[in-house]
This record gives sequence, C-alpha cells and structure tokens, in this order.
Amino acid sequence: MSRRRHSDDSDAGQPHKRRRTSEPSEIEERLESLICRVGEKSNSSLESNLEGLAGVLEADLPNYKSKILRILCTVARLLPEKLTVYTTLVGLLNARNYNFGGEFVEAMIRQLKECLKVNMYNEAVHLVRFLSDLVNCHVIAAPSMVAMFENFVSVTQEEDVPQVRCDWYMFAFLSSLPWVGKELYEKKDAEMDRLLSQTESYLKRRQKIHVPMLQVWTADKPHPQEEYLDCLWSQIQKLKKDRWQERHILRPYLAFDSVLCEALQHNLPPFTPPPHTEDSVYPMPRVIFRMFDYTDDPEGPVMPGSHSVERFVIEENLHCIIKSHWKERKTCAAQLLSYPGNNKIPLNYHIVEVIFAELFQLPSPPHIEVMYTTLLIELCKLQPGSLPQVLAQATEMLYMRLDTMNTTCVDRFINWFSHHLSNFQFRWSWEDWSDCLTQDLEKPKPKFVREVLEKCMRLSYHQRIIDIVPASFSVLSPANPVCIYKYGDESNRSLPGYTVALCLTIAIKNKASNDEIFSILKDVPNPNQDDDDGEGFTFNPLKIEVFVQTLLHLAAKSFSHSFSALAKFHEVFKTLAESDEGKLHVLRVVYEVWKNHPQMIAVLVDKMIRTQIVDCAAVANWIFSSELAHDFTRFYIWEILHSTIRKMNKHVLKIHKELEETKARLARQHKRRDSDDDDDDDDRSTDREDGPLEEQIERLQEKVESAQSEQKNLFLVIFQRFIMLLTEHLVRCETGGIDVFTPWYKSCIERLQQIFLQHHQIIQQYMVTLENLLFTAELDHHILAVFQQFCALQA
Amino acid sequence: LGRAGPGSAAMSSGGTLSILRSDSYAELSQYRDQHFRGTRYDQERLLRKSCTLYVGNLSFYTTEEQIHELFGKSGDIKKVIMGLDKVKKTACGFCFVEYYARGDAENAMRYINGTRLDDRIIRTDWDAGFKEGRQYGRGRSGGQVRDEYRQDYDAGRGGYGKSVQCQ
Repeated sequence: MSRRRHSDDSDAGQPHKRRRTSEPSEIEERLESLICRVGEKSNSSLESNLEGLAGVLEADLPNYKSKILRILCTVARLLPEKLTVYTTLVGLLNARNYNFGGEFVEAMIRQLKECLKVNMYNEAVHLVRFLSDLVNCHVIAAPSMVAMFENFVSVTQEEDVPQVRCDWYMFAFLSSLPWVGKELYEKKDAEMDRLLSQTESYLKRRQKIHVPMLQVWTADKPHPQEEYLDCLWSQIQKLKKDRWQERHILRPYLAFDSVLCEALQHNLPPFTPPPHTEDSVYPMPRVIFRMFDYTDDPEGPVMPGSHSVERFVIEENLHCIIKSHWKERKTCAAQLLSYPGNNKIPLNYHIVEVIFAELFQLPSPPHIEVMYTTLLIELCKLQPGSLPQVLAQATEMLYMRLDTMNTTCVDRFINWFSHHLSNFQFRWSWEDWSDCLTQDLEKPKPKFVREVLEKCMRLSYHQRIIDIVPASFSVLSPANPVCIYKYGDESNRSLPGYTVALCLTIAIKNKASNDEIFSILKDVPNPNQDDDDGEGFTFNPLKIEVFVQTLLHLAAKSFSHSFSALAKFHEVFKTLAESDEGKLHVLRVVYEVWKNHPQMIAVLVDKMIRTQIVDCAAVANWIFSSELAHDFTRFYIWEILHSTIRKMNKHVLKIHKELEETKARLARQHKRRDSDDDDDDDDRSTDREDGPLEEQIERLQEKVESAQSEQKNLFLVIFQRFIMLLTEHLVRCETGGIDVFTPWYKSCIERLQQIFLQHHQIIQQYMVTLENLLFTAELDHHILAVFQQFCALQA
Repeated sequence: LGRAGPGSAAMSSGGTLSILRSDSYAELSQYRDQHFRGTRYDQERLLRKSCTLYVGNLSFYTTEEQIHELFGKSGDIKKVIMGLDKVKKTACGFCFVEYYARGDAENAMRYINGTRLDDRIIRTDWDAGFKEGRQYGRGRSGGQVRDEYRQDYDAGRGGYGKSVQCQ
C-alpha cells in the first residue's frame, strides 16, 4: 500500500503518475454512465438529452473514440429495450462525423460475426435489429440492409443444416421488420415482396413436430399456443396489410429528421452468414404464451391483438427489461412499470402475462423460479391498487384451465401460488374453487388444490392450513406430517422383529455404537433365507425394516435429528444396503415411516444419496416400484427424481472439472520445465515429477468414465421404466376398449416429456442408444411421439 | 428467448455494462460480527466466498422444516443450524443456512431476503461460516441482543423485550 501524500501539489512525481493512470478508466466510467443513463426519467426531454449527449460524445471523439465505439456496441447488444434511443444517438453522431458512423457500422458487423461464432444468438438478434433501425436514422442505406436480409433468407436454401439454423436467420429478418419494414418496403418493395414470399414458403414447409412438447396448454381455446415463427409471420403479414404503419415504437429520431436526412449513409458490407459447424448451437424453438386479450380488461385501454405487431414489440421489450435487471428486483419492477405507453396499453396485464410466460416456459424458465415470485411481490408493492387484482384474475384463469395445462407448468404454478400466498397470510377465496370438491381427486383441479395446500403447509404448519380453508376442503387438506412407527404400540408385539426393535430403541437411547447395533441385529432372522440362492445372505429385509423404522422414529423430531442419525449409524446403513435390493428396501421403509411427510422423505433421500447409502439408480427404481404407484402422480415424487438426476449431473461435472484442472496443472508443469531449461536432461527426474500427477489423471479419467456410465445408466433405467409403465397402460386400455387418455396417463406421458426437456443437453449424448435400444419403431406410437418431438427440438 | 450460449455476459469486443452488473442484494452489508477471530481482511475474504447465510427476525416458532422449504427454493441446502437461547436451548429467532454452492446463496440474498416466513419479513446476510458456539444468542438473558432491549411487543419473539419484562 502506498504512503499517503500530504502535499500532492508540491510533488511533481508519483501523484501525477497515479492520477494519470486512474483518469482514463474514470473517464470511461463516466462515458459509460452518460450513455447508459440517457433515456431514463429526466427533467429535460429525451430529445434535448440526446442532443446534449451527442455533443459531448462528438467532442470526446478525438481522444476516446475506441471507448465510445465499444460502449455503443455494447449497449446495442445488451440494452435492446432502449434500441431506438441509441440508434438515434448514433444517427446524430453520424450526422456530425461521417467517419465515426462508418467505423461504428464496421464494429457492429465485427461484433455480430463474433456473436454468431460463439452461439450468442439472442444477442445477435439485438444487433441485427439495431442495424436495421439505423436505416431509419439515415446511418445505413436501405438497399444494403435489404441485401443483408436477402443473405439471411437464403440460408433457408442451404442443404443438410438443422432447421433451427434457418429458423434463426428467418427470425432475425422478420423480427426487425416492426422497426424498419416501412422504410425497406418504401425503398425496395420488389425485393421485399420476394423475401416475404420466400419466407412464406419456408414457413409452410418447415417441420413443427416439436410444438406439442413446448405448449403450456394442449387446448387452443381461449388462446391458441402458437409456434413463435408462425405467430411472428401472422404479425408481419398484418403489419404489411396495414401498410407497415406501426404506432407503438418510440422513435426519437423522428424529431431529428431534418438533421438526420442531411447525413450521408453507409452501405453495409456484404454479409455472408457463417457456415454451420458441429459446434453451432442454435436457440430452441418456442411457443408464444398468451393468457389475456382485450376482453379481460374491459375498463382499461385496449390490449393489442395477438397478431398485432405492437403485441410483439411490447412483449420483446418487457422480456428484455427482465433480462437486464433480473438481479435487482426493485429496479426490475420499476423499469417494467415505467415502460412507455402505459396509458395506451393495459400495462399491468402485459407485465403479468410476460412474467407468467417466462415462469411457464418450456423446457425451463430463463431465470430461477423464485425470482418471479419475488418480482410479482415487488410489483404488487409498487401498484397496490391495481396489480394484485390483475394477479388474482390471472390466478383464477390459470385455475380454470388446469385441465389442459402441461404437468410441468402445473408444478410451477403450484410452487408460485403457494409461495405467493405465504407472503399474504394465505388469504384466498377458496370457496370460489368449490367446484373441484365434486371431482375425482386425481383430476387436475382438485389435485392442484391438494398440492398447493401441501406446499402451503410446508411453509407454515398443519393446523394453519386447516384454519385457512373452509371445512368443505378438508378432503383436500394435507395429512398431518407425523411419522408412522410400526413397532410403536404394544398391540404390535406379534410382529416379527418387535423385540429387536425394543432392544434397538434402548441401545440407541444409550448411545450405542455401530458395532453394538450390528450385534443386536445379528439375531434377526432372514425371511428370505428359504429361497436364498447362495448369494442372498447380505440382503435381510427384516433387519433393514427393524433398524430403519426404529432409528427414524427415534430421530423424528427434526431434519437435523434425522441427519445426525444417518451420520452416526452410517456404517450400519452401508452394510444393510450393500446390495441393490438392500438399497431399494431402505427406501421402501423410509417411505413407510414417513409417507405423511413427503418433505422429510425428500430430504432423507437426498442425504442418503450424498452419503452413498443408496445410489441414484436405486431411487429411480424405487420411484417406479409398485409400492409407490399410489403416490406416482404426486408432485413430491418428481421433485425427488429430478433432484436425484441433478445430483448425478453435478457429480459428473465436478469430477470432469477436477480432471481438467489436473490436466492443466500437468501442462503448466511441463511448460515450466521446458522454459527453465538447463543442460540437466535427467529423464528419470522429470518422470518422477510427472508421476503423481499422471497417476492422478489416470485415476480421475477412470472416475469420469465410471460416473458418466452411471449417469447414462440412470437415464436408461428411467426411460425403460416409463416405457414399461406406459405400455402396460396402453395395452390394458386397448384390450379393455377404454379411452387411453386418463388423468394418470396425461400426467405420466408429460412426466416422460419433462425428463427429456429438463435434461435435454445430457440426453442429447445418448440419442443413438435411445433410438436403437429403447425408442424403436416397434414402440407404441403414443410413446414414440414423445421421443420424436424431442428429436425435433434441435433438428 | 432460447438458450444463452457459453460465456454470454462478457465478450472480447465489448464486455458488459456496469449498470447490468449491479447486484446490490448480493453485496456485503455493513454488519461485521464483532466476535470474529481474525483480521477484517480475513473476515471479508470469507464473506465474499461464503455459502452460508445468517437469517434473522424469525419467529421463535419457525421450524427447521419451514426454513428448509423456503430457502430450498434458491438451491440445494447443505445444512440448517437453528439459533438457540444459550440458557433455555430453545429457538430464539435466527438461524444459519449453508448451501453447497455460493450461487444458490446469492439467489437467496436476491429473492428470499426481505420476503416473509411465518408472516414475518426475514432478513438474510452473509456469514463468514458457522463455528461451534455461534448458534447461541449473545444477549444477557440468553436470547438475541435485539430482544434484550426491544420496547415493542412481539408475540413471535417472546412478547416484550427482556428489559421491559424485568420492569
């Protein structure tokens, strides 16, 4: 740390040097701040702020040109919600300094190429849109923009490329048209017509097998769940029919028309889309989520129709705001609510719709689920007189449409609603939902209410839930989460193992060791001993039963108590659960003891996997076992399965990372040795140095391979069990002449879809195996369809 | 929206913007545990890489299970340690939540801090790491210091503050 200078002005040496080296970064910060803040709420008009900023930047160009270029390129890429503010700024700068305009365009093209090279397609779209709006600011000549779009659209003529690649180029073209369609059509109508007709024929011939897998609802009423390109095409067609009149986008450059039209324009250099490579990963297709239309807010401003381009622009901008400020919930809420035009559009409805669109997005929401809960709470705080009502209306609508809602989305609805209620004293008009009480408990509505109440209980306590619902809802209330100890009552003394259970209880209370437990258990007879095939001695279900029941009962007080118990008697657990049957039986007993407390089952299973008492495959087999059939459609089961798969995935990644790090260490060691090269060429000493690291690498390599094989096996087990279960159901229905589509079936097939969607990146590795081994042509077409839809996602 | 490609935040030609880097909820607060053994520098270093959060303003009746359910929404929990009255050894309104991954703790700071548990707004803060003994309240009566001098009546935290109760 440097000494503090008491008299900076008298010393001509260091202080100046320090100030000089800190200045440029200060200036850069200030420039960045100026540029980023333009367009925020201000006492002056946006136009005068832009004018002022353009003047400041123009003056700074001689010294800070590259920094200004970098900042402007970055805001173009990362602040798309302020697109037209920045294109106007660039337009003003170009009018004042033609060369700067040219350099900016070049920098943008470089940035675009780089984005495409590293698979940053979402940001690339923002860049394309920015470039297209620069046509409106007289920075780029319209014909050259059309030429770029011609190259984009011609990608659809490429052979042997994934459809998702063509989709992206089409999307980049179409999604720029709300901003620049009018101008391009005015200058180059023939070319544009040709492009639009090529677009139409591409959209007609492209595959849409993936759509059912991504829809939130399976029904088209009240709002069809459209594929994103189809929806955008309808919007552009309507825009064209309206002669490209678009009234929603804020266009600051219009105020500067007299200045801008004097500017000289630049031509975009010819842009060749980079070729498709093995490493290219394009965005997945999407389905547009809609839950509101103008009839939902009859008092307020009219909501733009689903095929209006305004709807598209509003949704894009709101999504971008969330993307920019997801870490700062108060800022995010404030920015959403200050979206311009909030007296011409029912902004609260748009915001709620966009948030639910993200929350329910398949395969996964863009951000962590809990963010949306908290964001909605912040929005309610900022608009207490209006937003809660819209949210209540939305909740009611979602409830009404539960029958056709995708199971994964229902999960998220359950999580959101219960967490939301817990922040508002669980106040809700449950009676409004009494219709679900007359339905079969497996139907989506009663099932939803049951799961919500269970989750609400987890966030509070059992009696609270009994208190908050009307008495009629007791049939849907969760069970009191108490443990069931089969050896608890004197009346059970005839059960085999009862006396051993008593013995164990006393021993454990007296702080017995693992060895003492083993000796007590030694006397437990093995009910399987008769059909033992010579290998079965280790698996003794009765031992497991007595030990696990007793221990869990003694440790029932809290999670911590149970975890301590698992840790203390880890050795006993490992021995009893050594075989696969042993592991399965441990899980069965845990379930028997804690079936009233699914949360406890989940945390125990998690702990047992982490401490290697059971493995992931055992959990998968347990979930599909007949003992659990009754709970098979309950939410907690799938939470456990997905948590298990995630643990497996994290484990593989962790070991892989260790391997890479060790390899890097070896490489650094070699490099160090090569660089401080002496004449000392003692090969033996270098081998000795490498030895331990190389050994480690070999061991880690084996570990990685075995982990990856375990991971693959886990997925295969899960898929196999699904196929068996579904096939059984389909055959039964066929022979019995009953309708396949029961609530159970819908839930099960969507759970299978969920496996594919939630872990798609890993499952992609197994495509060949899956195709050849499991999802073969002989499979029932209902099941095969799921696989085909999945394949279509990256086709 | 689709999937983000690798390395989406920073790019060689642009990097990111400081307004987008803002992450105020996940920053360190002004509070520093005065009982920490070590230098301020050590303490801050530990706080910046910690996966453990202190959680305050809990009701005395809030259970480990409730805490697990709520905090589990930001990621897998490694351990919950309930804060105890040093004398009575009962819950006294705070706890520690340790995650396996710091990112999950950060999300808790961003989205669970300042929301309700058992109808109370709870507060989370970074903790340098649990050490035996830190699960006990440091107030003279055995609970937390804040409950010693509290003047208001709080049904979830033993009623009036201890100094008021002793009047």
